[in-house]
Amino acid sequence: MAPETEEPAVKSNNEAGPGQETQGSAAVPSPSPSPSPPPPPLPPRRKASGEAPLQVGGQLQSKPTTAVSSIDISTLSFPDGTRGTFPTPSVGSGPSSLNSGYGTPTRDSSGDNLTDSMSVMSFAPTIRAPGDLASLVAAEFNRKSRAWNLLRSQSETVQPFEGIEFGDSGELAGFEREFDDIPENMTDDVRLSMWQSKMKHYLILSSAGKPIYSRHGDLSLINSSMGVIQTIISFYEGAKDPLMGFTAGKARFVVLTAGPLYFVAISKLGESDAQLRSQLEALYMQILSTLTLPTLKNIFVHRPSTDLRKPLEGTETLLSSLADSFTKGSPSALLGALECLKLRKSQRHAINNIFLKNRTDKLLYGLIVAGGKLVSVIRPRKHSLHPSDLQLIFNMLFESGSIKSGGGESWIPICLPAFNNSGYLYMYVSFFDDDNNDTQHPPTTPSQSSPSPPPTNNTPPESPQEIALILISPDRESFFPFSSLRTSLYNSLTKSGHLSLIRQSLSSPRPSISSILPSPSPSPSNSPSPISHFIYKSRPNVQFVMSSLQPLFVSPIARRKLMSQYQSLHAAMHAKHSHLKVIYSVGEDCASLGWVTPLFEFYCVAGPNVSRQAMTEAANKVVKWVGREEGRVFIIGGGVF
Amino acid sequence: MADSGAPKPSSSVKLVLLGEAAVGKSSLVLRFVNNDFQENKEPTIGAAFLTQKCNLPTRTIKFEIWDTAGQERFASLAPMYYRNAQAALVVYDLTKPTSLIKAKHWVAELQRQASPGIVIALVGNKLDLTNDAAGGDGEGAGGDGEGDARKVTTEEAKSYAEEEGLLFFETSAKTGYNVTEVFTAIANAIPETSLKTARGPGASSAAARTEEQRVNLNGPRDPNAKEGCAC
Repeated sequence: MAPETEEPAVKSNNEAGPGQETQGSAAVPSPSPSPSPPPPPLPPRRKASGEAPLQVGGQLQSKPTTAVSSIDISTLSFPDGTRGTFPTPSVGSGPSSLNSGYGTPTRDSSGDNLTDSMSVMSFAPTIRAPGDLASLVAAEFNRKSRAWNLLRSQSETVQPFEGIEFGDSGELAGFEREFDDIPENMTDDVRLSMWQSKMKHYLILSSAGKPIYSRHGDLSLINSSMGVIQTIISFYEGAKDPLMGFTAGKARFVVLTAGPLYFVAISKLGESDAQLRSQLEALYMQILSTLTLPTLKNIFVHRPSTDLRKPLEGTETLLSSLADSFTKGSPSALLGALECLKLRKSQRHAINNIFLKNRTDKLLYGLIVAGGKLVSVIRPRKHSLHPSDLQLIFNMLFESGSIKSGGGESWIPICLPAFNNSGYLYMYVSFFDDDNNDTQHPPTTPSQSSPSPPPTNNTPPESPQEIALILISPDRESFFPFSSLRTSLYNSLTKSGHLSLIRQSLSSPRPSISSILPSPSPSPSNSPSPISHFIYKSRPNVQFVMSSLQPLFVSPIARRKLMSQYQSLHAAMHAKHSHLKVIYSVGEDCASLGWVTPLFEFYCVAGPNVSRQAMTEAANKVVKWVGREEGRVFIIGGGVF
Repeated sequence: MADSGAPKPSSSVKLVLLGEAAVGKSSLVLRFVNNDFQENKEPTIGAAFLTQKCNLPTRTIKFEIWDTAGQERFASLAPMYYRNAQAALVVYDLTKPTSLIKAKHWVAELQRQASPGIVIALVGNKLDLTNDAAGGDGEGAGGDGEGDARKVTTEEAKSYAEEEGLLFFETSAKTGYNVTEVFTAIANAIPETSLKTARGPGASSAAARTEEQRVNLNGPRDPNAKEGCAC
C-alpha cells in the first residue's frame, strides 16, 4: 500500500474506515484511526507535519501528486437509513479555482457579466478541472465505504441494457420504425428523410447501373442514390482497385461485386465489414437460388443493360425477409450455423429411422424443420447440406409468408448455390398442421362472409411454430411420390407419437440460464445468475445452441443490442491476424465474453458489473452443460442413406 | 347440398390456375378452399397443390388444384401442371389490361397443348376495386368503364370468351363474390364421360356445354342481391 512510499504530505488516506462521517470540514487534523485494517505506523515526523492530509485515491497509478486539494465530506442519507460519505472538493481550495459544477458556483472565475437568466448549468465547466479529478479518483477511494458496498451489492444485479427500460435506447432510438414502409402519399423530401433515417440499407444494382433491389423506398425515390453509388464503384473499378467499403458519417458502406451485380450494404448498426459482406453474399445466394448462375450470366452477356427486376419478380419479398433478419440480428447468419430442436437422442434417432424407412427413390435430401429449428435430416452419404443453402430455405419457409400462407403442398424449383449453382432442384414443402390436415373446410357461401380482417403481423416473441417437411429431388416429376411419402410419414410419426413430441419440444422455450446454472443455494446476492445470455456454436457440427431470449431480450431493441454485442465479439475474434482465444469486454451497459477453441465458439453477455471471474466460471459451466447435452441440442451425423 | 345422404359418385378433377403475376390466383384458391382472404399476399413460389371437394346434386367433384406462380421465369414449368388437366382457370386482373393479354396467351397455349377436352374458364378478378363491386350487375351492364379502377370492360372479355368457347366470370376473391360459382360451373361443365375416362371429348361438344353453362351464369344473381343490400 501507499504508506511505504516516502512522499511527504501527499499521503493517501484511503484506509479511512467506512464509519467515517466527518462532515464539511476542510481540514481533518489527522487521519482518523480506521477500524480495519489498522494503518501501518507512520513516522511521527510526517504526522506532525501539520498539513491537511489529502484524500486522494492513492492506489491509482495516475495519482496527481500535485493536487493539493482538501476535500469536503458530505453525507448522503439513503432511503434505508444508512448514510454514506462522499467527498466534495472544497471550492477554491484546489490547484485551480475553477468551480467543479457541484453546489453553488462561485463567481470569481467567470467575471461580472452574470445575469439572473443564467442557470446553474451555465457554470458547469465543460472541461473538468483537477478539482473534479480528485472526486473522480475518490470514487475508487469510496469503494471501501459502507454506502459503496451497499451500492456495489446492488450493482451485481444490474442487467445488461437496463437503459432501454428507461427509454434510453441510445443509438437505436429509431429502431422500432426501421421496418416500417415509407408511405407513398408524401412529398419526396419527407420520404427521402424517412429513407435516410433507416439504420440499415441494402442496395443491389447491375454493373451497368440499373437498380435491381432496395430494402427501403421504391426505386424511383432512390434512383439518384443508385446512380451515385454506381459512379463511385465504377470509378474504382476503372482504377483496377475495387472499392471494398467506406465510411460516411455514422454509416459504413460495404460493397460486394459479384459477377455482373453490385451489392451495397449501408449500416449504422456497427457491424464489421466482414459481417456485412457475408450478409451481401447471402443476398447474392438468394438471387442465384432464383435464377442459377448460368442464367444470370447469360442475361447480362447478351444485354448488359437488362432490367433484372423482371426475371427476379417475386423474389423481393425473400430478399427483404433475409435483409430484415440480418437487421434484427440473426445468430444463425452471424455464426453461419443452424439451430436444432432439442430432442432426446433416442427420439431423434427414431425419427430419422422412420424418415429413412419412408423415403422414395428420387429423394436427395429430406428435412423436418420445426419453427426454424432442424429436427431431422436424411441425406445420401456422399452429399452434405451447406448451412448457407439451408439459410435460404428456412428464410423462404419461416421468415417470408410466401409458402405457409398459401396452404396445401408446394413444389418449388430452387437452386441451392452451395450445392450446385448451375441447376435447379425441386423442393416439396408441406406443413404438418395442428388440426388434421385431411379434414376439408366446407366451402361456405363466400358471398355472405365479410372480407376478413388484414392478417395480424404480431409474430410470436420467439420463432414461429410450424413443423415443415422438406423433400428435395433433382427430378421435377417427383411431386406425387413425395406427396404420398408425406402422407405415410405423417401417419407413422403420428402413430409413434413422435409428432407430438416434436410439438411439445417446440412449445417449450429455449433453455434458460437459470436452468443451466442453478444458483448456489445461499446466494449472497439476489442475482439470478452471473450471465444473462449465451450462444454456443459447435464448430464440427456447424450448429449452435443459445439460451432463451426471455425475459430480457424480447423487445426488438434489446435483442438488437444483444446481437450487436455478439457481433462485435465475433468481429474481434475473427479479425484477420488476430489469434484471440478469449476476449472479455466491459461496456457501460453490459459485460461480454467470447471464447474460441477448435471445437466451439462461445459468446455470452452479462450485466455491466459482473466480475470477470464470475463470468468465466459461468462460461465454464455452460460449456460443460453443452458437452453433456450435445446429443440433444445438436444433430450429429443425421440419417444417412 | 349436404355431405350426408346416399354416397354420390365421386371423381377427381385436375384443375390448373394460370395467369399473370399478382392477378389473384392464389387468393381465389384460398377463398375457395379455406374461405379466407389475405391482404398483400406474398407471391407464390413455384406452385402449390391443394384439394377441395365440390358437391353437385348428382355427384361429388374433388378438385385437385395446381396454383401456379405467375412470374415469367416459371412459365417454362407450366406444361408440367396443365398436362392431363381437365380444367383450367385463366385469371386476369380487371384493373390491368396487360393481364388480359397474358391471359389470352395462356388460353392459346392451353388450346394448343393441353388435353383436347380441357374446360377453360376466363376469370376477371378484383371486382371489389371497381364500382360494380356492390352494384349487382356483375356480368350485364357493368362494363362501360365507369368503375373506379376498372380497365377491362366486361364486354371485351366476355366477347373474347364467347369466341373461344370459355366460361367467363368476374370475381372478387376479397369479398368472395362469384368465387364458388366459378368452381361449381367448372364442375358442371366437366362431362360425365371425361370423368370416367379422364379424357375429354371433342372441342365442339365442349363449346356446347359452355352454351348450357351460360344459362347457369344467372345463378349468382342471388348472392348478388345480398351484396346489393350491403351497399
